[in-house]
Amino acid sequence: MSTTAETAAEQSPVPYPFNEPAGLDLAEAYTAALDRPGLLRVRMTYGEPAWLATRYEDARLVLGDRRFSRAEGQRHDEPRQSEERRDSGILGMDPPGHTRLRTLVARAFTVHRVEKLRPAVRELAHGLLDELEAAGPPADLVDRYALPIPVAVICRMLGVPEEDRPRFREWSDAALSTSSLTPEEFARNQEELRAYMAGLIEEHRRSPRPDLMTGLIEARDTGDRLSELELIDLCVGILVAGHETTASQIPNFVHALLDHPDQWKLLRERPELIRGAVEELMRFVPLGSGAAFPRYATEDVEVGGTLVRAGEPVLVAVGAANRDALRFTAPGRLDVTRTGVQHLGFGHGVHHCLGAPLARLELQEALAALLARFPGLRLAGDVAWKNQMLVRGPRVMPVGW
Amino acid sequence: MSWTTEVDRHQCMGSGICVGIAPHLYRLKDYRAEPVRREIDPDESALEAAEVCPALAILVRDGDRVVGPQP
Repeated sequence: MSTTAETAAEQSPVPYPFNEPAGLDLAEAYTAALDRPGLLRVRMTYGEPAWLATRYEDARLVLGDRRFSRAEGQRHDEPRQSEERRDSGILGMDPPGHTRLRTLVARAFTVHRVEKLRPAVRELAHGLLDELEAAGPPADLVDRYALPIPVAVICRMLGVPEEDRPRFREWSDAALSTSSLTPEEFARNQEELRAYMAGLIEEHRRSPRPDLMTGLIEARDTGDRLSELELIDLCVGILVAGHETTASQIPNFVHALLDHPDQWKLLRERPELIRGAVEELMRFVPLGSGAAFPRYATEDVEVGGTLVRAGEPVLVAVGAANRDALRFTAPGRLDVTRTGVQHLGFGHGVHHCLGAPLARLELQEALAALLARFPGLRLAGDVAWKNQMLVRGPRVMPVGW
Repeated sequence: MSWTTEVDRHQCMGSGICVGIAPHLYRLKDYRAEPVRREIDPDESALEAAEVCPALAILVRDGDRVVGPQP
């Protein structure tokens, strides 16, 4: 370990998060942080100060190394954007408890399993575009396209009625809000969502179906591999995480491409680039309003020239790490022809996004269908951005074609 | 019978989950996973890593018999 490593006492924390809720820009403060040595000391609205990792290798170390713990956060005043302490479920656990739950759902989301859904997702995307075409422009790309695709897919997989979309859109918005709700409102929302899911679980218990919820119920009822609350929260987590992020990234990617017309044109002419383009867009678009889910050092660890003491939290800014010039050439340039883009958009380590293969497939199919059917796609009004949410993206995005 | 484990580097997507679950068995090299050693002692965490891998890139054998991931 280097003797020159910085420690917490040497820096006064700066306010965090950095990114503006409107738009998809990466805040200037990240560029500055990427250029200076060591980690940055930051303070969020609530909780204790934290270290912020912005460089690619530092981010991978903190996300991937067992000396950093999520579960340890329960014993600390975790840095956070909202007043109340939130139970982050499986995302708040470490192995082996985390592995026990993840094993139960992992098989449903493997690359092989998810690939079988491709024709259905493609048909879904084209069906929605048929409807838009029939109704004529303008249309809200979020409500008519970006949300219905991931919602339909996750509902079918999990066994949730698609027609309840308006109800759980509200719940899911609230679950991912950062500060627009009082702690009481947040708690009430969580209880409603849990009650809704508990009702669906009872229905599935009475009449089992070939879906993920039935599989999880079986793991509970015959294998006793998870508690009833873990079962409910796992289903809630899959439902919320299973649509909100993809529903945000579809319009985000479209927005980024319309902002780079040469890249849109290139993809139109060379549709075979779509897989690489989705990886590049995952790298280029900083989805989060800020880093969340701090990792706590369980022993002293040096990270990029800073000595993180046991018991100190580190936040990982994946959006910044994805623009690290030490890892990516011309990191600020969107280039859909890049190959082998090993971005951190899905995280890294044990909490690497469970739904990554599904998200990839949905993003590929949603973009490919739009490019093929509406090559002249354009914004047809002002984009209204989500506010005070963990993930950024348009709330309303009027488009014409 | 002794156990062996291998990682298909073409299937591997570099999620790092196996390294997080079983750092004594798997490591990352050039952003892809590889076993620390091919021969391993019977180890539940190797089976867990094989089960959880999103690319199903990990194989665990007991002699000739595949024990992970489960079919």
